[in-house]
Amino acid sequence: MLEDFLFQVEMAAPQIVLGLVNGAFYALLSLGLAVIFGMLNVINFAHGAQFMMGAFVAWMLLNWLGIPYWGALILSPLIVGAFGVVLERLMISRLYKLDHLYGLLLTFGLALIIEGVFRNTFGSSGLPYAPPASLTGAPVDLGFMLLPKYRLWVVVAAFVTCIATWLVIEKTRLGAYLRAATENAPLVQAFGVNVPRMITLTYAAGVGLAALAGVLAAPIYSVNPAMGSNFIITVFAVVVIGGMGSILGSVITGFGLGLVEGLTRVVYPEASATVIFVIMAIVLLARPAGLFGRA
Amino acid sequence: MPDALAPTMTGTLLAIRDLEAWYGESHVLHGVSIDIRPGEVVTLLGRNGAGKTSTLRAIMGLTGRRKGSIVFEGRETIRMSPDAIGRAGIGYCPEERGIFASLDVTENLMLPPRVRDGGLDIPTIHALFPNLKERARSPGTKLSGGEQQMLAIARILRTGAPLLLLDEPTEGLAPVIVQQIGAMIREIKQRGFTVLLVEQNFRFAQTVADRHYVMEHGRVVDAVENSEMAGSLDRLHAYLGV
Repeated sequence: MLEDFLFQVEMAAPQIVLGLVNGAFYALLSLGLAVIFGMLNVINFAHGAQFMMGAFVAWMLLNWLGIPYWGALILSPLIVGAFGVVLERLMISRLYKLDHLYGLLLTFGLALIIEGVFRNTFGSSGLPYAPPASLTGAPVDLGFMLLPKYRLWVVVAAFVTCIATWLVIEKTRLGAYLRAATENAPLVQAFGVNVPRMITLTYAAGVGLAALAGVLAAPIYSVNPAMGSNFIITVFAVVVIGGMGSILGSVITGFGLGLVEGLTRVVYPEASATVIFVIMAIVLLARPAGLFGRA
Repeated sequence: MPDALAPTMTGTLLAIRDLEAWYGESHVLHGVSIDIRPGEVVTLLGRNGAGKTSTLRAIMGLTGRRKGSIVFEGRETIRMSPDAIGRAGIGYCPEERGIFASLDVTENLMLPPRVRDGGLDIPTIHALFPNLKERARSPGTKLSGGEQQMLAIARILRTGAPLLLLDEPTEGLAPVIVQQIGAMIREIKQRGFTVLLVEQNFRFAQTVADRHYVMEHGRVVDAVENSEMAGSLDRLHAYLGV
């Protein structure tokens, strides 16, 4: 009986760890969505497209300018973030006084346009992007499984980024401005803070997080125009489960649901693609504001 | 308007002329003119809906469209954004107090950026408001109504803004707290701050202010020196319907 159980654990562990890798992407992407929603009240449906752009910009930097992975990890979020500044200033900022639905429709339209442009330019078959030499080679032995170095790096990098983002928002003066402006933006502005600029930079930061996730994803998934839309549906389910706009909630839920997905793949593989949506339905019925959301 | 109170441009800290303001299509201020000299405490009296709160919000640039002139320390601010007006040196304490639930007491206190030298430092603020020190780590909105009001005023005293706009700081507070707020406003005046105070309660206003403006239907309809208050009670009763 005990042996049986140990055997089960041994079988399950690799799937759980791989679930954690997916969870790292869920966490990073839903964190960006939470940051944007908290400040702008806009559900950024272009998030998947911006994630994809992050991967493509990394590919372009490498193949057109010879800038390697580590440079792309910094440059790509900055470039895609700058693109976010343009989107926010030119279009999204016009919708703040309207219902959430308008922001959602606009960003959904933007996502379709961005994906279309990349599909026309690069085709839909996908481009290869090799992990950096320092993260290839012999996999790391975790005792119960061998994990490719690069996947371990993704989990660590995503975790550190999430914690750093949370610290900035909860513990710094800038974070206090952000939290206060989420509650009462006009008053924060009357205190002398340039709130419109802060909103623009918050959107850019959220978009930058998506692009960072895109660069991290490039060596794992092939760089292709649909890579964002494959992810983003699941990520929206994660956001709904965690609670719209909750920073810590999005991080915990992201990693947690990655684990649940991995576990399901062991217990009942057929359900692994749908388990998150089943959980979403249950959470919506039992706690419509999400696990960590404020009603 | 008595001649003695006719607006004079010399020595005014804030000079408002023919201020009009809108919220969307709704025209809320119809030509407000007010003068405040440095170091004065001036109140806006009037019934609900007379335009007192809208006047403060319009000074901060928080209404919709504005027309007319608002000159602060010789600078026209009518076309400035709220953050530029705040940085110019006007501190704002809104009617609902504006304490942030997701910030603790200290974060609330430190939130408004310093705009100028001469603000109160933290030890002075803690000496004036001991409760804010004791409850430094509590979420802002867990304070009592009176403590929240103190916090809302304390945080703009920190910034060094020489002109403070206080919107009904006594609203909904127990009489003993109202007395403390009164003492605090006199202390603020002692320290050289200038205050524009919105009040419904003219008996309270009488205990703190130098002058009073009376508003009706989005206009200033009368002005009374505090020393003439006793002789003007009938007139005020008529305006305020008390």
